[in-house]
Amino acid sequence: MNLADRKIWGYRRENGRVGVRNYVAILPLDDISNAACEAVAAHIQGTIALPHAYGRLQFGEDLDLHFRTMIGTGANPNVAACIVIGIEGGWTEKVVAGIAKTGKPVAGFSIEGNGDIATVAAASRKAKEFVHWASEKVREQCPITDVWVAAKCGESDTTTGLASCPTVGNMYDKLVPLGLYGCFGETSELTGAEHLAAARAVSPEIKDKFLKTWQAYQDDVIEAHKTSDLSDSQPTKGNIAGGLTTIEEKALGNLEKIGKKIKFIDVLEPALAPARGNGLYFMDTSSAAAECCTLQAAAGYVVHIFPTGQGNVIGNPIMPVIKLTGNPRTVRLMSEHVDVDVSGIVRREMTIDQAGDVLIEMIEKTANGRLTAAEALGHREFVMTKLYRSA
Amino acid sequence: MGVPHLLIHHRQDNVGVVVVEDLTAGTDMLAVITEDNSDFRMQAKQATPIGHKIALKDLAIGDTVIKYGEDIGKVVAPIVKGEHVHIHNLKTKRW
Repeated sequence: MNLADRKIWGYRRENGRVGVRNYVAILPLDDISNAACEAVAAHIQGTIALPHAYGRLQFGEDLDLHFRTMIGTGANPNVAACIVIGIEGGWTEKVVAGIAKTGKPVAGFSIEGNGDIATVAAASRKAKEFVHWASEKVREQCPITDVWVAAKCGESDTTTGLASCPTVGNMYDKLVPLGLYGCFGETSELTGAEHLAAARAVSPEIKDKFLKTWQAYQDDVIEAHKTSDLSDSQPTKGNIAGGLTTIEEKALGNLEKIGKKIKFIDVLEPALAPARGNGLYFMDTSSAAAECCTLQAAAGYVVHIFPTGQGNVIGNPIMPVIKLTGNPRTVRLMSEHVDVDVSGIVRREMTIDQAGDVLIEMIEKTANGRLTAAEALGHREFVMTKLYRSA
Repeated sequence: MGVPHLLIHHRQDNVGVVVVEDLTAGTDMLAVITEDNSDFRMQAKQATPIGHKIALKDLAIGDTVIKYGEDIGKVVAPIVKGEHVHIHNLKTKRW
């Protein structure tokens, strides 16, 4: 079938976006509200708590990012409805108001003056209402290109650059021209391939924006804090065990994810939703898997593609993470984590083009409701990016 | 063509990647350049793990290692054709 005519069964949300999961999220504004959120989720079936480590005394750009991530997570189309619980009402209502702009049901509860028990009771009643409402929703047919697909690789090795990342690139080369929203990130991990990444910007303006973002990461994060040549961190010990030797080599493999033809049309701040229409976006993110996936989900991506070499096991609580590997040893030793086996590429039994088609089929199945390996294994890594120490 | 032992991205590359497990010293390897699907044979000088690199030519200290047709770092210990290339003889030029 023509790719342009391919359909998936998704949830069409109030704002027109398509979700592929139907969560009622119980979102803590801050670290000290995790216990109440987890109590609600333990009580009311069909909900999911999203505990995390931050949200107190943050300020400036770091606080902006916190709110953007909170609001974006609640606003994600995989979330049908959302409960927000915070220690106090001011910031809680700010997150509630941000999520409410999508038109989905959302309610906030604050703990101060009420205590955990009364807060959990009130939030549980509302969560139960939301669960009934959400579970009446029915999937409908939507174009596959309505599914926003992000990508990030991890526990990479040399097979990542030979097989799994080029497979993702092939998928993007096929679907982005048809209207897909794509996203790649990992600012630091493009070091050594930044010139090639820059050449894939759609215009001189976006190229300049990309290079400034990359340089700022080098100056403000790497140079400001490094105590060595990072040879113990980038590449990671796992990368090195898998045969990668330098950051340049790792970056060149990483960049294979964006294919051969398409250009990226904008550079996004972390967790910022794309605003220039359909196309491929670069997001300024750390290269740590859970941080990057959390930011991409907060930007509105509903399916994630995760090429791995040595076998990263990452998942995300609201966004299915599809894993693929081209390493036959990883397929042999860690098959329970692999959704798409593309090791045939290194045996020359499968072409990159064929692998890209297999990946598109897996995106369809996942969008239709198939649980990914990470979902089946209970991986729910939700990790906020923090830019600096709190006040 | 059989199953290759070694894959090379670009014609200009001076290293290839082992893609089979348990490659032993002395193996007569089938090497394939993925860019154009051409192939040749060469001997592995050392046992080299899957995913690790093997030099396609002799390399001297200070030489640039090329993979994907791009610079991936500098040679810091002499390497003979067929030997394992890794953190003991290749270092980043960055950071």
